Amino acid sequence: MSDERIPLLEASNVTKIFGAVRALTSASLELFSGEIVALLGANGAGKSTLVNVLTGAIRPDSGHVRIRGREFKAASPTDARQSGLIPVYQESSMIPDLSVADNLRLTNTEPAPFRYWLGELGIGQLGLDEEAGGLPLATLRILDLARALASEPEVLLLDEMTAALPTDLVRKVLDVIRSQKARDCGIIFISHRFVEVAAVCDRASVLRDGRTVGNLAIEPGVEDRIVDMMLGGSIDAAAARKAKSADDRAPGLPRLSAKGLSAGTNLADVSFELHRGEVLGVVALEGQGQDELFEVLSGFEKPSGGFIEVEGNKVSFEHPADAIEAGLAYVPGDRAAALLMQRSVRENIALPFSAQVSAWGAIPVKREGERVAEAIERLQIDTRAQGEVRRLSGGNQQKVTIGRWIATGTKTLLLFDPTRGIDIRTKRQIYPLMRKFAKQGASVLYYSSELEEIPLVCDRVIVIFSGRIVDTFNAGDADESTLMRAAHGLALSSAEAA
Amino acid sequence: MTVAAAEGPAIRIKRFLSEYPVVPLILLLAALVVALEVIRPGIVNERWIANTIKFAIPLAMLASCQTLTMLTGGIDLSVGTIATISSFVMATQVPLAGTASAVVIALVPAFLLGLVNGFGVGICRVHPLIMTLGTGLIGIGCLQVYQRFVIATGSEVPDFLAWLGTGRIWILPHSLLLFVPFAVAVVFMLRRTGFGRLLYALGDNENASRLSGVRGWQVFLALYALSGLIAGITGLLYLGLIKAPSLSLVEPRLLPAVAAAVIGGTSIFGGRGTYSGTIVGALILTVLTTMLTVMQIPEGTRRLLFGVIILAVTAIYLRLTEES
Repeated sequence: MSDERIPLLEASNVTKIFGAVRALTSASLELFSGEIVALLGANGAGKSTLVNVLTGAIRPDSGHVRIRGREFKAASPTDARQSGLIPVYQESSMIPDLSVADNLRLTNTEPAPFRYWLGELGIGQLGLDEEAGGLPLATLRILDLARALASEPEVLLLDEMTAALPTDLVRKVLDVIRSQKARDCGIIFISHRFVEVAAVCDRASVLRDGRTVGNLAIEPGVEDRIVDMMLGGSIDAAAARKAKSADDRAPGLPRLSAKGLSAGTNLADVSFELHRGEVLGVVALEGQGQDELFEVLSGFEKPSGGFIEVEGNKVSFEHPADAIEAGLAYVPGDRAAALLMQRSVRENIALPFSAQVSAWGAIPVKREGERVAEAIERLQIDTRAQGEVRRLSGGNQQKVTIGRWIATGTKTLLLFDPTRGIDIRTKRQIYPLMRKFAKQGASVLYYSSELEEIPLVCDRVIVIFSGRIVDTFNAGDADESTLMRAAHGLALSSAEAA
Repeated sequence: MTVAAAEGPAIRIKRFLSEYPVVPLILLLAALVVALEVIRPGIVNERWIANTIKFAIPLAMLASCQTLTMLTGGIDLSVGTIATISSFVMATQVPLAGTASAVVIALVPAFLLGLVNGFGVGICRVHPLIMTLGTGLIGIGCLQVYQRFVIATGSEVPDFLAWLGTGRIWILPHSLLLFVPFAVAVVFMLRRTGFGRLLYALGDNENASRLSGVRGWQVFLALYALSGLIAGITGLLYLGLIKAPSLSLVEPRLLPAVAAAVIGGTSIFGGRGTYSGTIVGALILTVLTTMLTVMQIPEGTRRLLFGVIILAVTAIYLRLTEES
């Protein structure tokens, strides 16, 4: 790795601090021409921040980025483009209201090489005067790649660009990427899929907690070492503390069952059962279909296939109100989306009480007060900051979004990453609370991006990868590395190995 | 408030003002009245007070439509037209149908136009500004057609409306008989009913409301229908006050009504505002109008000053009550 050549792109000891959060403490990356390097790391390891530093979207607090040995101080993404670094993201960068040709003109892209790459990528028949907004997502991603290739980049940065692409397109994309090596182009490849990394990459650079912790050549069997690196070998005894065994699951019909649920291209044929008194964990890397799953279950989206049963009865939701009526309450990952920031804790908790037209009349003030007070007490919400909810801490805000449904007497909670970005104290309060809630006969579907909390809260856990359930564990058996492997779609191979 | 004791007086005043936003408005109102008395000594007497209240009342009712819709982040620009329609229909139907039936006939188009607004905003998701502007224009068109049919019947302002609109006992106009229960009902609705809560909730965060099971269209439908009905009733009051039905009776009051709501602290972005603030806002605007009239400034300058004062008051008021 460390030869005498000057690297095409070199980042050394990059740090970046956002407020109290150290997003990058010491990130380094070397990329030589003709090389494909995978940038890997668990959620929140700092990948996005490093990508943003490289593309000039944010300035690092310290550290260097060099292109061909020359110090590179990108002030804007345009600067990075001019130095030959072209990124392709998971989201399309085409302006939807313009035609493809107009989009090309915006970036001064020659149509001829663009056409050539479209052909190579298997959609050469596409008309350039089609409006970008009308094209399918997968096609847009290919267009982005073709546009990037047409400008003959020195460094190509592919950030999860294969996510949610159909398999045949992924193969074409990987072929084209490999062919770039001959052109002395360097490629940084970010993907959650080890299969793809193994297929095209020469090396992998692993980030953990904002630090580059390893640099490995890709060879057979390297996946397990990468997983260990991403976790930092911190597989401690946390998993040993098992909340309860799965056997005392209540008999009878499941509270909620999903039967072959599909949603667009992101969720395919997902089936599971959630029982009375159970906390069912959901583990998935970002963008594997868990968002769609929760949106379908909470009545925000209609499934494109399959159906939902509640207590054995088939249900169909037109509006979240229907889901709530069926006893399913959704707490989204983004607290701001669920709260009335300018209103009081009381009004926020009491909001679902007034939702039905029959409850539009005079508010039973005393009864409402009792229900709200009970929820506040059960959740230990710190309401010293009277008045508007926006003055509460993040942890207390999250408790309000959950407390709302406890006060309503909901039977099934759909929690989407409820502990994201909240303090450790609140987290520790939420775990036993969910256990207690389940013990009293409720059911909880619990998606978390933090693997270590799964054994603390859940009875069972399902792992979603590429829109499908790839594994189911009893939470007691689900240590972090098992979950991490499964979440990367590596479950089968590691099971064979074991 | 134990925390506040440790803070400086400036912060305490600010906190007090943000908790009781009506207080600075009342102070402003009092200051304006004092200023008026200074400019023209002796003008503030029983009759003047009664008149001011008398004109502020229908304005405050019209402004309630703005407050209610603005709380959800909307606006109702059709209330001027709706009130004009109800007053004109009332005046022309009295000779034809009798007073009692005329009231009902006059309020039907007001309610229907409100429902159309609610349908457009709540179900078709048209922006309230466009929707109510549109129904307002349609309403005026319909009124002109209607006028051709009743051109021969003449018009009549029933005695009870004239009594309600213009009469007074000491400084208390008779229209308080209508307004006091109305205002109490609106304040109660906003503070103590599920419907009122939902208006604030939708204006604060529509997505969060949806998440909590609120079907927004139901609220919007009811809200704009209610707004239309209030505008219709206000039209009847204006008929009694001005006693001269015309095709543009209430139209010029529309923007002052919007201004009254905004001066009274209602945020046009939704989620913030009280009706008590709006009432004081309507009083301030009415006093301001008299003041500029009394000063005998040419019409153009008067309007200019009126606009500048509204902007200044609103800006200062927001600075005082908003937190950093």
